[in-house]
Amino acid sequence: MKSKKLSRSGLLLTITVGLFLLMYISGMLIFSDKGFAKPQMFLNLFISNAGLIVISCGLTLVMITGGIDISVGSVTALVCTVSAFMMENMGLSAVTALIASLIIGLLFGLVQGYLVSYLEIQPFIITLAGMFFARGMTAVVSTEMISIKNELFLKWAKAKIVLPFGYTNNKGVYIESYIYPTVIVALLTVVLVALMLKYTRFGRSLYAIGGNAQSAVMMGLNVRRDKFRAYVLDGFLTGLGGFLFCLNSCAGFVEQAKGLEMDAISAAVIGGTLLTGGVGGVVGTLFGVLIKGTIASLITTQGTLSSWWVRIALSALLCFFIVLQAVIGSVSAKKHGARLA
Amino acid sequence: MKQKSFSWQRLVHARLFMPLVCLAVVLLANVIRTPDFFKISINNGVLYGYLIDIINRSSELVILAVGMTLATAASGGQDISVGAVMAVSAAICCQLLSGGEVSVTSLAAPIVLAALAGVLAAGLCGAFNGFLVAKLHIQPMVATLILYTAGRGIAQLVTRGQITYVRVDAYKVLGGYIGSCPIPTPVFVALIVVIIMAVILKKTALGLYLESVGNNGKASRLVGLNSALICFMAYVICSILAGIAGLVASSRIYSADANNIGLNLEMDAILAVALGGNNLGGGSFNLTGSIIGAYTIQALTTTLYAMKVSADQLPVYKAIVIVIIVILQSPVFRSLIAGMKRKRAVTVDEK
Amino acid sequence: MSQPVILTMKQISKAFPGVQALNQVDFSLRQGEIHALMGENGAGKSTLIKVLTGVYGLDQGQVWLDGKLVQIRSPKDAQAQGISTVYQEVNLCPNLTVAENLFLGRQPMKHGRIDWQETARQAGVLLQKLNIEVSPSAMLDECSLALQQMIAIARAVDMNCKILILDEPTSSLDDEEVARLFTLMRQLRQAGVGMIFVTHFLEQVYEISDRITVLRNGERVGEYETAALPRLQLVAKMMGKDFNDLAVIQAAPKGQVDPGSVPVIEAKGIAHSGTIKPFDLTIHKGEVVGLSGLLGSGRSETVRAIYGADRADQGSLKVNGRPARITQPLDAMKLGMAYLPEDRKKEGIIPELSVRENIILALQAKRGLFHLMSRKEMAEAADRYIDLLQIKTPSRETPVRSLSGGNQQKVIIGRWLLTNPDYLILDEPTRGIDIGTKTEIQKLVLELAGQGKAITFISSEIEEMLRTCSRIAVLIDGAMVGELTGAQLTQAQVMQTIAGGKTVQEDK
Ligand SMILES: Nc1ncnc2c1ncn2[C@@H]1O[C@H](COP(=O)(O)OP(=O)(O)OP(=O)(O)O)[C@@H](O)[C@H]1O
Ligand SMILES: [Mg+2]
Repeated sequence: MKSKKLSRSGLLLTITVGLFLLMYISGMLIFSDKGFAKPQMFLNLFISNAGLIVISCGLTLVMITGGIDISVGSVTALVCTVSAFMMENMGLSAVTALIASLIIGLLFGLVQGYLVSYLEIQPFIITLAGMFFARGMTAVVSTEMISIKNELFLKWAKAKIVLPFGYTNNKGVYIESYIYPTVIVALLTVVLVALMLKYTRFGRSLYAIGGNAQSAVMMGLNVRRDKFRAYVLDGFLTGLGGFLFCLNSCAGFVEQAKGLEMDAISAAVIGGTLLTGGVGGVVGTLFGVLIKGTIASLITTQGTLSSWWVRIALSALLCFFIVLQAVIGSVSAKKHGARLA
Repeated sequence: MKQKSFSWQRLVHARLFMPLVCLAVVLLANVIRTPDFFKISINNGVLYGYLIDIINRSSELVILAVGMTLATAASGGQDISVGAVMAVSAAICCQLLSGGEVSVTSLAAPIVLAALAGVLAAGLCGAFNGFLVAKLHIQPMVATLILYTAGRGIAQLVTRGQITYVRVDAYKVLGGYIGSCPIPTPVFVALIVVIIMAVILKKTALGLYLESVGNNGKASRLVGLNSALICFMAYVICSILAGIAGLVASSRIYSADANNIGLNLEMDAILAVALGGNNLGGGSFNLTGSIIGAYTIQALTTTLYAMKVSADQLPVYKAIVIVIIVILQSPVFRSLIAGMKRKRAVTVDEK
Repeated sequence: MSQPVILTMKQISKAFPGVQALNQVDFSLRQGEIHALMGENGAGKSTLIKVLTGVYGLDQGQVWLDGKLVQIRSPKDAQAQGISTVYQEVNLCPNLTVAENLFLGRQPMKHGRIDWQETARQAGVLLQKLNIEVSPSAMLDECSLALQQMIAIARAVDMNCKILILDEPTSSLDDEEVARLFTLMRQLRQAGVGMIFVTHFLEQVYEISDRITVLRNGERVGEYETAALPRLQLVAKMMGKDFNDLAVIQAAPKGQVDPGSVPVIEAKGIAHSGTIKPFDLTIHKGEVVGLSGLLGSGRSETVRAIYGADRADQGSLKVNGRPARITQPLDAMKLGMAYLPEDRKKEGIIPELSVRENIILALQAKRGLFHLMSRKEMAEAADRYIDLLQIKTPSRETPVRSLSGGNQQKVIIGRWLLTNPDYLILDEPTRGIDIGTKTEIQKLVLELAGQGKAITFISSEIEEMLRTCSRIAVLIDGAMVGELTGAQLTQAQVMQTIAGGKTVQEDK
């Protein structure tokens, strides 16, 4: 029993990563004939979820403080539509669109952060209003879907970065593996945020706030300021993630990214972040996104389900996963968490 | 004089004061913009008018808000599956009534039985949620996320992906009118739900148990409360109420539209709870507040429509009003204002 | 004492809804002195401290530090001014490690990032210095209350402060830890740190403090040199009336026990893997049995296993001679048990609920969902115990969270007395309770025993146990090593058993 104990968050992360591998490998075994085993299949997980990864990272920050942000899906739609509108209807450059996206995200972060931390309004409600607002504003900008044809933008979107490995298909042709720049941005975000959470006072302060905000105040932390910053950062990352999302979809429309907030929240939770705050991290969140992505691609690979069965199967797998995680978590917590007092 | 200001203070600090003021403000906004807002007339033997419309249309939301209040109190989290559960209940009911046909003009099963089956199915959904939350300690929003996504799938599965129409007058009663009664039935349904709930809370210790468990689950267990069971029950009740709301919604359009019944209503229900002055972190709750909150939301929507705001852009205005309301309700904001007043008083004194 | 004054608080007033917690209180602290702040539960001690450290804003008054008028708006400000504080309720973050709690907000940095190795090293040194036996990498919520208290103290003293505030730091510590704390405080006094010390233990006040300020009902009674204020006078000043009840207690006969009767509780071989080894315990009507042992010796776990708060892995339990199966607390309550838990904040109070609801909760739970007590019945019950236990609250509808620590404890005691139990488990019932009420509670325990109730009493204060218990069982590392009765009930004997682990019964 003297072995080094895993902290609760470490434990949850281990479970998540383990289950992800298990799920992916079983997917490879079951669907090996349908290309699930190809390396590109794995990379596609990152390509199609780059935006979500960044957004979930931001969301993880506020969840660690015990807060939540459900506006991210709508803000993503707003960012995409504004970007598309600026490039297509106003003839502005992709760079301007990128800057505008970041500013939109920041503005949401600033306002929501101020209301949550300085006026102490419940984050769910504020960000719900943010969600309504962003969705409505999207409609104000354009009720039509705008496809993006801006050259520079498409260049960013389609710039393949070839990786030094691949596989040879059954006709003997070597097929290279590639990713898009968005993946690099996403992974870089994960790394930076993870480092920030681990190695800065601000990062640790977020955990303290989530653990017990009252205590954090009494320990002399500037709780309001740090909480505010968490929301601002979250807003910024949502802007950035929204732009990555846009790079993937190359379009903007009112109904875009509906329910994305739930994807992001569940990704964070699956990754071991507690909605009640104080526990979690972005590496876990990354795996959360990958798990959800794997579930989705398992089902699309299967390919014969009618639309409602897809929904049911998706949630059944999600349920299976969450329950398994809860059970493993509680069993192992019982094993080494006996009361000492 | 002093006595008077004291009671004024008490009034301002009463729990229901702010929610009521918000509702009043939303309604009053219409006096200027839409003068005939408060006009109620009788057309074809039934009541007409914006006010009636608000009360009628908010029925489902009121029912949901009641359940959501209990779930929030007990678990400190929200049930986001209620909209989907509404669809499930509606689908099962309509499917039984139609006997599997897409559109029928005669009933394949007694309405009462079908309705019961729908509500029962909703109860099962609640049991599932409750089990995940109370027994497995999965965070509510994530636990209910499963049915939030699966629910509409299940509903579609039941109706085989189609919209099942029950074109029978008897089925339209729940969402329409009873005989020649000029008041829409949903109003009564909401009223009955609220009354039953109020009686339960008044006559049993459920309210106290819920608050206690939501506030400090560990301590509650030590005083002999079965925290898990109480939390479980809250989720079951919440879903059963969602099932009833689903039937009302389905009866309004005499069909089961798995994709649209109760769409996004879970957010409005949560909003209603919060506007009612409840803490979404659980513990003490105030049912009346939530109900007022529900009416406020519907009043807001109807008001905006009356002002000819387009459906797409409606959320923008809704968001702005919500933010204003919650800022006004925020204790910090109020103490800031109070502080400013006091400061002014002090500076005046010094002069 | 010609040390300069470093802190002056003038005419401090602070009101909460329904209470004037502080009314024009003056307070001053000199450099290098230990200043005891005394008063009954709810006198306003913690409030005065929180006003000073910026947790609460003040309604009126001034704070002077080193001769300068200062505005302290938050605990952060206070820390920046050199004031470090251990609050009454432990305020640390349960989700972080011990090391991190020690250094939160002031972590050692290297190259612009937190140096975790250095943090762990410094934490190790600090813990060692205070002789705290815990690994820096342990999670805080795995630590006992006493450990957490020590960690909070370690954090506070490590911040090179001018003023150190200790609000009831000793309430959950054992003698040895108190001694260590006092050594440290003396060192700090030498170094010129001014200390504000709150406690309800008079011996500690006389052992360590230089001056005393007494508060009563939010007003300052006076400021005295400790040496010039006899104990009885101090108590009289705190209570506002003369007080000499301790003698009465000592003289009171302990409950008469008939050893031949059917025992109320008969536990055989009850154990909980990892925490307590199999033990036997028999308690008769009218008996007060103490459980003694060092912190972490398994006192609380023992009673928790009996009560069903943690399910026992093995063993059997007979209640009133009948075998009982207890799977959850409600079962135990139905058998007439009551359990006052050690950790009031985490397991005792329901903070948002009113005093009334907190008091009636256990009885209501026992009656069941469908037998709601009437408003009138609830109000009467609440008022009765507010009266009986002299709970200081603006009204019975006040949320219990806004009561002072000691008064919260009384609410929970009232909660259990209301259920009229046959067997009462009291785990540290007098922790944080003022001397007057403490005596009341001890009298109450004897009175209840006199009425034929069986009681298990746990306390870190041996004297208190000696005063109330007719028998004391001693635990070491989760094992019951002996029982002391009759003439063996002396301070020395108990201490020796606790320390030596010698089984007294072997002597027979
Ligand atoms: N946050 C609060 N809200 C409302 N009332 C409060 C609050 N904190 C303290 N009070 C009230 O202020 C009075 C003084 O409380 P305080 O905590 O200062 O007492 P204390 O002297 O520290 O008592 P104890 O010895 O029990 O800790 C009490 O009557 C209490 O009910
Ligand atoms: Mg105190």
